[in-house]
Parts: sequence; structure tokens; C-alpha cells
Amino acid sequence: MAAIYSLYVINKSGGLIFCKDYGSAGKMDTNDSLRLASLWHSMHAISQQLSPVNGCAGIELLQADTFDLHCFQSLTGTKFFVVCEPGALHMESLLKYIYELYTDYVLKNPFYEMEMPIRCELFDINLSQAVQKDRVALLGR
Amino acid sequence: MINVGKIKQYSNVLERPLSKGKQEVSLSAFAFLFSELVQYNQTQVDNITELERRLEDAGYAVGARILELLCHREKGNRRETRLLGILSFVHSTVWKVLFGKSKVLSLGGVGCMGTSRLRVGSCNVGSLMGKSIELVKILQKRKVSIALGGYLVVEVRSVNDRLMAIKLVVGGLTFNVVNAYAPHAGLDEEVKRHFWEDLDEVADSLEKGTEHEDEYMISEKELLVNRFISIPKDMGAFNCGAFVAGIVRGVLENAGFPAVVTAHFVPVEGQHRPRTTILIKFAEEVLRREATLG
Repeated sequence: MAAIYSLYVINKSGGLIFCKDYGSAGKMDTNDSLRLASLWHSMHAISQQLSPVNGCAGIELLQADTFDLHCFQSLTGTKFFVVCEPGALHMESLLKYIYELYTDYVLKNPFYEMEMPIRCELFDINLSQAVQKDRVALLGR
Repeated sequence: MINVGKIKQYSNVLERPLSKGKQEVSLSAFAFLFSELVQYNQTQVDNITELERRLEDAGYAVGARILELLCHREKGNRRETRLLGILSFVHSTVWKVLFGKSKVLSLGGVGCMGTSRLRVGSCNVGSLMGKSIELVKILQKRKVSIALGGYLVVEVRSVNDRLMAIKLVVGGLTFNVVNAYAPHAGLDEEVKRHFWEDLDEVADSLEKGTEHEDEYMISEKELLVNRFISIPKDMGAFNCGAFVAGIVRGVLENAGFPAVVTAHFVPVEGQHRPRTTILIKFAEEVLRREATLG
């Protein structure tokens, strides 16, 4: 396992609303996490403007020597991104699945306030199950 | 000739039959609607008890209507008049229409009286068609006291191809019999996991009754309305199942069985999520009437 280092969810204005680290690799303190979230938000927006192709949706994958960063943006502008081992597979489907969990257990929860940090027990439970689950099973969805 | 679908036009709304219509609604749509209902009510109250009461009232209106509708549609305009009858109506008919499945109900005051020896055997009767004499002989030889007849089947629940539960009343005692057909070694892990989960659920739902005679419980592992809801820590024991409790109260009260219905979280050992129990406490007059009817 340990293919995934961490998962972030940022709201449409660039605020960090969910952050979780898996394993000790690439761990950051809260301030750095917040900084990364807003930095990524701006870079994502800039990349859309700079793209030579029409209808660019922003950066989807950032590859570095020590990690890959996969990003998924929902229609409403909420961004989900995972930092993982270089070359880790099936991250797109994992992100889609996490988006599904977000719509189910966060948006349908009457006690969640939009754009605020996510504190939902059911989301946490289902998320940790999804991340631990065999990647092959996710691909088959 | 082109066969045109027979859609009869009714000029008067009262002449239209009470068709079943489409039985399914989108779970997501319901979940969002329910979420909005809770959010709206939250803005109208300043404490949790009040919020629970408002949800219950919303459910009450649903219950009153569902009783009316189901009596017409399923019961041929008849209404249950006995306590056990109405309870069984709630947990089988109403539950099935609302949540798509029926639920086991645990009765109050069910206990073991005296001791008796019961011998239980299992036999594949299907392959013994036309050989009932042989079957009886075998049963006598093995001293199996109840085979067919002599007992009252209260409930039969078929969970899937592999699982079935029946509830029997034999000489004043209640027996829950769960028949399980375990998946064999060659099958998928997924199938096995499903089987054990289902079995757990069946076993969980067969609960002991309480000490009180006027209390009945409907227990549910995960209430449909609670499927996507995480209660924040600061709200304590608040349960959105109050809405379902309201539905049950609506059905019971409008059928002439006034009762206090509440929803509670009950922690389950070894499981992360508590289950929800809907506790029904009937009013004194209901029990008195029931006793008079005998």
C-alpha cells in the first residue's frame, strides 16, 4: 500500500476544507497544508488562462521526481487532489469515487455548512475504506 | 391495425383508480429534500428537543396519509383493529412501501415460561414429494415434535436465496428460526462477505423483548433517512429517525391506537455505528381495550 501520501479538498474560493495524510511520507503541518491548497487553487486557475487550447479545465496531473499530484475539479468548482507515489495507477477513478462520497455523505448531510471544513463521521469512515480498498476493485467500477 | 395503449381518460378525479404508480423514487432526491427539511427546521428552533418534535410532526402528517392510502390500496378499505394486527401492518406493509423492505419487530413481554425440550431437525422436503408417509415415519423415529402444523407462523422473511428467517409461536413460546445456506469455498470473496453481512443483519434484528408489556420496538441497522447523515458531536443523542417515529405515530394514532413513539440510537458491540430503535409505548386505554377484547 502506501501509494497515497495525502488527500486534499478545497472549496471554490481556494480554502482548504478537508485534508488527510496517509503514512508519514510528505506530511506537512497545518499552515503548509493551507498554503498548498491556496497555491494549488491559484495555479489551477492560471493554467486555465495560459493554456493554448480552448476549453482547458486546468491542471489534472502534476508529475515530480518524488510524487505525482492528481487533481479533479467538480462542476461547482470544488477541487479534490491526491498526492501519491510516482506512477501510482487508477487515481482518476479514486478521485471520482471520493467525489461521489463527498456528494453522498457531505452534501446530503443537513448539519454540513457549505464551503466550511468537512467534519462528517460517515465521510471519514467511507473514505478510509475507499483508500484501503484494492485498487483493482475501484477500476472495475 | 395499430394497437393503441389502453389509457382510459377519466373526466372525474374521483373515478380514477388508486393505481400503485411508480414504486421507486430517487434516493438522492429524497436525501436532499430531507436534508433541506432538517436544515429549515433547524433555523426555526433553539434547542434539540424542539427540533426533534418538529421532525416528528412532519412525519405524523405522512403517517396519517399513508394509513389512509394503504388501507384503500392494500386492505380493501379495512383497517386493523387489534394491537398485533396494526403493529404487523406497520412493520410489514408500511415499512415495505416506505423503505422497500419489511422489518422484524420485537414484542414486549416475551419471555420463557417453564422448561420444555425441543428437538429441531432439518430435512429437505422438496425431494420427498409424494412420500409424506415416509417423512412422517422418519420424523416419529427421530422424535421431532413439530414438523408441519401445531404451531403458528408469525412471520416469514426471505432475505435472499441463501437466507431465510421464520418466526414461530409454539405453546406460548416464540422461536426465531434462521435458515442459512453458506456459500461454498469456490465462490467469490465478495459473495461470502455479503452472506456474512446479511446473516449478521438477520441475527441482529432478532432482539429480545423488553420487560414492559406496553412497549414494542422496531429496530433498524441503518434507517433510510439516516443513511447519509452524520450527527455532530455537540448535538448529543439527536436522531433524525424522529421523522420515522412521527410516521409510525401518525399511522397508529389515526388507526385509533394512541402511542408515544420515539427514536433512539442504540450502540452495538463491536460495531462502529449505532443502530436505531423506534420505541412504541401504547397509551393505557389501548391495552385496556385489548384486554377486554381478549
